[in-house]
Amino acid sequence: MEFIVISLLNGITYGLLLFMLSSGLTLIFSMMGILNFAHASFYMLGAYFAYQISTLVGFWPGLLVAPLLVGAVGAAIECYGLRRAHRFGHVAELLFTFGLAFVVEEVVHLIWGKVAVDYRIPAELDGTLFTLFDTSFPIYKGFMMLISVGMLVALYALLTRTRIGLIIQAALTKPDMVEALGHNVPRIFMLVFGGGTALAGLAGVIGGNAFVTEPGMAAAVGSIVFVIVVVGGLGSLGGAFVASLLIGCIQTFSVGLTISITDVFALIGVQLPEGSQVARLTITQMAPVLPYLLMVAILIFRPRGLMGARES
Amino acid sequence: MSVPAIRIQGLKKNFGASEIIRGVDLDIHRGERHAIIGPNGAGKSTLFHLISARLPITSGAIELKGENVVGLKPFEINRKGLSRSFQITNIFHNLSVFENLRCAVLWSLGYRYSFWHRLAGLKDARQRAEAVMDDIGLGKRRDTPAGILSYAEQRALEIGITIASGADVILLDEPTAGMSNTETEEAVALIRRVTEGKTLVMVEHDMGVVFGLADRISVLVYGQIIATDAPAAIRCNAAVQEAYLGTTLNHD
Amino acid sequence: MNAAILSRGRLAVWCSCLALAFALPLVLKSGFVISLLCQIGIMAVFSLSYNMLLGQTGLLSFGHAVYYGLGAFATIHLLNAIGKGGGPFTTALLPFAGGLAGLAAGLLLGYVTTRKAGTTFAMITLGIGEMVAACSLMFPGIFGGEGGVSGNRVVGKETFLGFSWGPQVEMYGLIVLWAFACTVAMFALTQTPLGRMANAVRDNPERAEFVGYDTERVRFLMVVLSGFFAGIAGGLSALSYEIVTAETLNAHTSGIVLLIAFVGGIGFFYGPIIGAILVTVMQIVIGGMTHAWLLYFGLFFLFMVLMAPGGIASLIAVQRALWQAGLLGRMLPHYAATTLPVLILLAGLIGLVELSYALLTGDGSEGPSKVMSMQLELKTPAPWLTALAVTGIGITLTRWIGGRMRHEWNATLSTLHGDRS
Repeated sequence: MEFIVISLLNGITYGLLLFMLSSGLTLIFSMMGILNFAHASFYMLGAYFAYQISTLVGFWPGLLVAPLLVGAVGAAIECYGLRRAHRFGHVAELLFTFGLAFVVEEVVHLIWGKVAVDYRIPAELDGTLFTLFDTSFPIYKGFMMLISVGMLVALYALLTRTRIGLIIQAALTKPDMVEALGHNVPRIFMLVFGGGTALAGLAGVIGGNAFVTEPGMAAAVGSIVFVIVVVGGLGSLGGAFVASLLIGCIQTFSVGLTISITDVFALIGVQLPEGSQVARLTITQMAPVLPYLLMVAILIFRPRGLMGARES
Repeated sequence: MSVPAIRIQGLKKNFGASEIIRGVDLDIHRGERHAIIGPNGAGKSTLFHLISARLPITSGAIELKGENVVGLKPFEINRKGLSRSFQITNIFHNLSVFENLRCAVLWSLGYRYSFWHRLAGLKDARQRAEAVMDDIGLGKRRDTPAGILSYAEQRALEIGITIASGADVILLDEPTAGMSNTETEEAVALIRRVTEGKTLVMVEHDMGVVFGLADRISVLVYGQIIATDAPAAIRCNAAVQEAYLGTTLNHD
Repeated sequence: MNAAILSRGRLAVWCSCLALAFALPLVLKSGFVISLLCQIGIMAVFSLSYNMLLGQTGLLSFGHAVYYGLGAFATIHLLNAIGKGGGPFTTALLPFAGGLAGLAAGLLLGYVTTRKAGTTFAMITLGIGEMVAACSLMFPGIFGGEGGVSGNRVVGKETFLGFSWGPQVEMYGLIVLWAFACTVAMFALTQTPLGRMANAVRDNPERAEFVGYDTERVRFLMVVLSGFFAGIAGGLSALSYEIVTAETLNAHTSGIVLLIAFVGGIGFFYGPIIGAILVTVMQIVIGGMTHAWLLYFGLFFLFMVLMAPGGIASLIAVQRALWQAGLLGRMLPHYAATTLPVLILLAGLIGLVELSYALLTGDGSEGPSKVMSMQLELKTPAPWLTALAVTGIGITLTRWIGGRMRHEWNATLSTLHGDRS
């Protein structure tokens, strides 16, 4: 029971963080038709910017400034790079963002080195929020949840209450029509791209110190975010939300489960032959593979994704 | 003989809440040239998309030469001998004219997914592609990438790809759209020539083309067929005249 | 009809390439160069197999290393299993087993990935690639964990036609043979019904369906066949390096092969070969000179995406067309004139990057540091201002002279196309 509640809380925290990434990715994809391969690189930039700012003036200014900086970088890249690649089609755009991810990682190597940096949780947020049974739940996790939910509400309000939000929403389902109505102005593209990357940057600011800030973090999170978008259904914000929480929970639960595959089969009354390497694997060992297995299962049984409306 | 080339019964198609095809019944006889006309938005192209399985139907039945084809994929219907063209030119842009046509004949000649035949050694594929190429008057453009052909040439290639496989039921979606008068005349002669002995169904706006080519005409208005008859009878049909309100039924 | 795979002219070109490949080690005898040539051969096969997907079928894959890596692991395990029981002849055939492993992986994974095309395919291949990479760490018994699996390609004392494959130069000969055979086979594939329909599916999947082809099946077969050749490349790498680590099948390797194929030119059959030569040489030569090599490479890639999306091969093809039309002479002075400003610009930019790199990774001590063979005071403004000034001059000159070249270029191109039609 204790394990379930704690893991659930952790899973939701992680899932919400993932949604901050996948929602930006979905918005950019729906609006501009660009699959931003470098999306997780902006997450990484957010963490590193926040780290740099925190060493200079502290955590709190970074919370605001770092995402804005990341968004500005994103907008500039859209304006000076992506827009040019757009003329050569979607493959060129995807390749551009791929090259960008490559370059960002190298720049991070160059500036901050190849090992993890010491980006810490601020002292005010270091401590226990509450203790459930015998396990403590850190304040910072609660803070992450607060920020994510706050961001979510703000995003929801932006999408449903403002003019630009309505245009973006319309583009989710009928991109051609929105284009035909003359809304296809470069400025909206730049805003959406900047906004999406800023969201990723914010996720980096609050995720970088909760986990670890290192040059490999973009690649690690990037592929998970892609899995989420495929599982949720390409272009579906709701799907991205459900899939983010699902993957978040799967990952936290599986890390804590030390039972082996043999045990799992024993639970349902099947005795596996002893000795094979697969049967001896524990769920924990399998944790890194589970999201991908879920993706494969979805692709075979429901190729549109959980809530996808559009084909590819 | 009595089995029609295409038999459509109670065909319906909804896009969300709006009904685009509202119960179409239509028999296309074997070997006839059948034109479907109607005002813009009547659902003519949609009807083609449903027959060729580009869009899934909502309800109803479609039979091709007596065989139920509902639920089949486009390539499966094509293999049963139905070939179609598109209103918006739909060709292989980076391939040459000759390659476009050769791609169109490969399946029907039985080469399927072969990676053990050498294309240059396939005499039958080459001859058939070249015959069609001469037929559509693109012999001189053999090695030109299809993407840089002129509009009329691309339209001709579109028809060429459609007929190259030797399918006996041909669907042409506005084959003369956007052409000049001379080009239209050439296109009509081309269509007449290449569909000899085959079943032809075409959607067309140019009434000159329709009345010049068709053996029978169906009039589609708001997703329903209001009349199917010989050209002369259609011209005098009161319901048709009302639908068109004397706008385009005269040769223009 | 003659049954030859290649026309007479092509045959001559291909045979001279083969002869050249065999002659190279006679001239360049250093071990360093031989290893470099081996790597080029392996990467050429790998990137050609990749281009069967990207260039020929229009499938952008981010997980191609899976087939390469599994081929490599299959080969090294087979090599170790056969051990003394086999001989040099068996060893020479082992890359074929790698190919079969790649093919089997293609059958299994291709079923999942080719259900979608376009952007979704790209995402799915990334996921599948990560899945296989993660699996490889779960089964250290098969994939050797962190250390990888090593083997010895010399089995027993006997030789085959005098070859034991022990010396790297003999291995090079084997790689050349395999690479040539694979290249011929992959070229032949482009001249078959499946190869042509792959092009058709790339250009217009909808139309391909309406001429009777199941596009999913075409994509699937291409993935399987391309997995086969990638597996052979992996097998060659296993024999050549005598060690296979989990890195052979991870995302980084998948990324590199994409970069190689694209930089070389995906629109031409031989493009990836150019890419393999260029990138491998750059990697080893520039990589030996500076730690920032990957950054330069990434920037070079971005530059190619934005300025020359057809890759090096398309640039060559255009020059050839100009030459045949007698227009190349018109462009040559402009190329020459643009070279200097571009070099100045590059010098400035490289200076800035290297200075930053030296400053950030240096020990922070006072006094001069060695940057690009120069002793520079990093904490003083002089080197920085110089680099900035050079960059500024480079930008200005490149814009000015490059603008004139572009003008002439557009005019020449329109003349070229005007002549054609």
